[in-house]
Amino acid sequence: MAALLEMHNIRKQYPGVIALDDVSFELRPGEVHCLVGENGAGKSTLMKILSGAIRKDAGEILIDGKKVELHSPIDAQKLGIGIIHQDFKLVPELSVAENIFLGNEPARGKLPFIDFRTMHEIARSALAQLGEEIDTHALISSLSVAQKQMVEIAKALSRKVRILAMDEPSASLTAKELENLFRVIHRLKSEGAGIIYISHRLEEIFEIGDRVTVLRDGKAINTCNVAEADRRRLIRWMVGRELENEYPKMAMQRGNEILRIEHLQAGTLQDINLVLHQGEILGLAGLVGAGRSELARVIFGADAKDGGKMFLAGEEIHPRTPREAIDLGIGLLTEDRNRYGLIMQMGVMQNISLANLCELLAGPFIKKKKEAEMARGFIDNLRIKTTGIKQKVEHLSGGNRQKVVLARWLYAKSKVLIFDEPTAGIDVGVKYEIYNLINQLAQDGIGVMVISSDLPELLGICDRIAVMCEGRINGIVPRDQASQEKIMALATGMAEEFHDAV
Amino acid sequence: MPFKHRRLPSNALKKIAGEFGISLTLLIEIIIFSQLSPHFFTAQNILNVSLQISITAIIAAGMTLVILTAGIDLSVGAMVALSGVVATSVLLLELPFAVVFTLALIAGLAIGALAGALAGIFITKLNITPFIVTLALMTIWRGAAYMYTDGRPIWELPEAFSRLGGGRVFEIPIPTIIMLAIYLFAYVILGHTRFGRHVYAVGGNQEAARLSGINTHRVLMQVYIICGALAALSGILLASRMNSGQPNAGLMYELDAIAAVVVGGASLFGGRGSIVGTFIGAMLIGVLRNGLNLLNVGSYVQMVVLGVVILLAVMMDQMRKG
Repeated sequence: MAALLEMHNIRKQYPGVIALDDVSFELRPGEVHCLVGENGAGKSTLMKILSGAIRKDAGEILIDGKKVELHSPIDAQKLGIGIIHQDFKLVPELSVAENIFLGNEPARGKLPFIDFRTMHEIARSALAQLGEEIDTHALISSLSVAQKQMVEIAKALSRKVRILAMDEPSASLTAKELENLFRVIHRLKSEGAGIIYISHRLEEIFEIGDRVTVLRDGKAINTCNVAEADRRRLIRWMVGRELENEYPKMAMQRGNEILRIEHLQAGTLQDINLVLHQGEILGLAGLVGAGRSELARVIFGADAKDGGKMFLAGEEIHPRTPREAIDLGIGLLTEDRNRYGLIMQMGVMQNISLANLCELLAGPFIKKKKEAEMARGFIDNLRIKTTGIKQKVEHLSGGNRQKVVLARWLYAKSKVLIFDEPTAGIDVGVKYEIYNLINQLAQDGIGVMVISSDLPELLGICDRIAVMCEGRINGIVPRDQASQEKIMALATGMAEEFHDAV
Repeated sequence: MPFKHRRLPSNALKKIAGEFGISLTLLIEIIIFSQLSPHFFTAQNILNVSLQISITAIIAAGMTLVILTAGIDLSVGAMVALSGVVATSVLLLELPFAVVFTLALIAGLAIGALAGALAGIFITKLNITPFIVTLALMTIWRGAAYMYTDGRPIWELPEAFSRLGGGRVFEIPIPTIIMLAIYLFAYVILGHTRFGRHVYAVGGNQEAARLSGINTHRVLMQVYIICGALAALSGILLASRMNSGQPNAGLMYELDAIAAVVVGGASLFGGRGSIVGTFIGAMLIGVLRNGLNLLNVGSYVQMVVLGVVILLAVMMDQMRKG
């Protein structure tokens, strides 16, 4: 079959780095071609070249066998290329429909007025295809992350695309939403479109992909049929070495009870009962919106509780602000560490010391020497890759940023640590390190809670998994009895829900 | 940010600009004026410049804190007038000078601090953007200054009062000494105390700061109180130099202060900037005004030149960050 898209010997250089080195890539009609690789491997750069956002230094691009030049995103759109960006390109203060049609607004005949009725109608149907019921008049800023993702996808779908590139579309989607997305992908395939699918989650590639290309350090390492690939081999190509075990797990001695939650009520949370022990890794599974992050915020004092009790090491606690929770020994590694965790303009050292500056005070002054020593200690221990204690966090990779946040809570002497999506956007190799660190924490007697939408991750590292559904805990499954099916059943509300669906 | 637009200037220029930032602009300015005017690089003139910049530089120190938190305070110019007329009106009380002087200082500074607290409450508790809050307060304080004085200046102040703004210690003007003391103090506070660290953190990412246990509302309140009090102090110094309380004093001072902070390399989005930068920014503007005056450049031309230099200075700073 003739190729829909061919990219030959693409090269792109930035000062000091070769982002793409002689990369060739081919997409056939009706095919899902997956693109995998660690952060910085060149996937996004390749997609940016395809979208016309940046220019290649060398190489050629052919569509339907004809050479094309992509000078701008408009060129790409005209050729039927659609890109779903990982970091949403949505305008927060415009409505859902306005965003879907941004730059492509339907006009009233020849008049320069927008035909809002048509716009909302098409937007609604595009979202309906995705199984989403989002009010097309709602502002983007009022949507959840998953809803924004769906809008971003609907935006690409609304413009008759033949080549659709999806950059980490599943990062914030629940299993149900992902299913809808896959259904749409199957439909597009059957219509002859070609899809480039980028994801960190290898399971998805095995589910949806036809072929897969692995990039590493700006080079295309290998392309093969998904049917012939296996997980281990893909990972080896991605990281360039053998990983023993994706999810390291150490045998832990479960210690005393450290955190107990009884009949907690807050916002959408209803009657939450949980116990966490020292040295235990407790998973918190559930769909987006089930209340996992909300629960974490209440424990951390960031949101108020309406009722119920919390006990830390047997003593009742009432944290009303993060400060009070921190002083009690509770730490939260937030979901979106860039937005809620780190001060980007500040250095590594200053980010680490932020929650426990009082430890470093001599009178009103910060003891800078002690602070630097402390930071160096954490950089060594956690193997944070940085040019020094003063390097700004904005220049670190995702994994190292996460380590900086972790160092902050370790320095604040947390006894209970809550990780919200600890490995979102982090490379396979560094993920492994993060899991090892989490294990280490548990071994040191810290009670660890891990919220994750990545089920294999939860199954791989947790001792028990509590499954939330619509603000309640629907079940707690011990490690040896846990399976993806069981957790999904609990997360979707189990029996009653199935009944309704049939 | 892995992808940046290609930068215009050559690498060498960027490197030079990078090393020195706006200090380089200031240096060039000083060299040019020294060549053009024999009176420029004299001890007397340098002290004059320091006296001339002291009023806005003190305001700019407070403004630096506010801008570091991603805020802005447009009410400082009006506060200069209000604190000036309130303080001078206290001086007219029939009591010994030492007593009225102390009372005047307390009254002036207190009104500045209270005004800052009020701004802080609107910004933190009611969640209104600093621009709007302080824009409203700007006209309120200005109007209040006119109401308080019926639109007339307050004259016939005790002779001794003018020594605050006009006196010298070892040849150094008192406002200069006060300014230097404030900058030294602010430098230590920002770089070496928990409060300073919190100011940067709140400006860099307020939610992350809150989730790291920082009482962000308290930090913001403190910042606006300090800014208001420093503006009030400037108002008292200005009243002393003019030996009168003028309800129309300090017009547009907020813009001079903001210019000094921004020229000094601070980001209006918060989290970036330094007190040393602001000081150099204030000097840059002050030296330029002084130099142009010495060269007998007309005030209309001066305004244009000042604007151009501000743009150039900020451009150089962008290159440095680039």
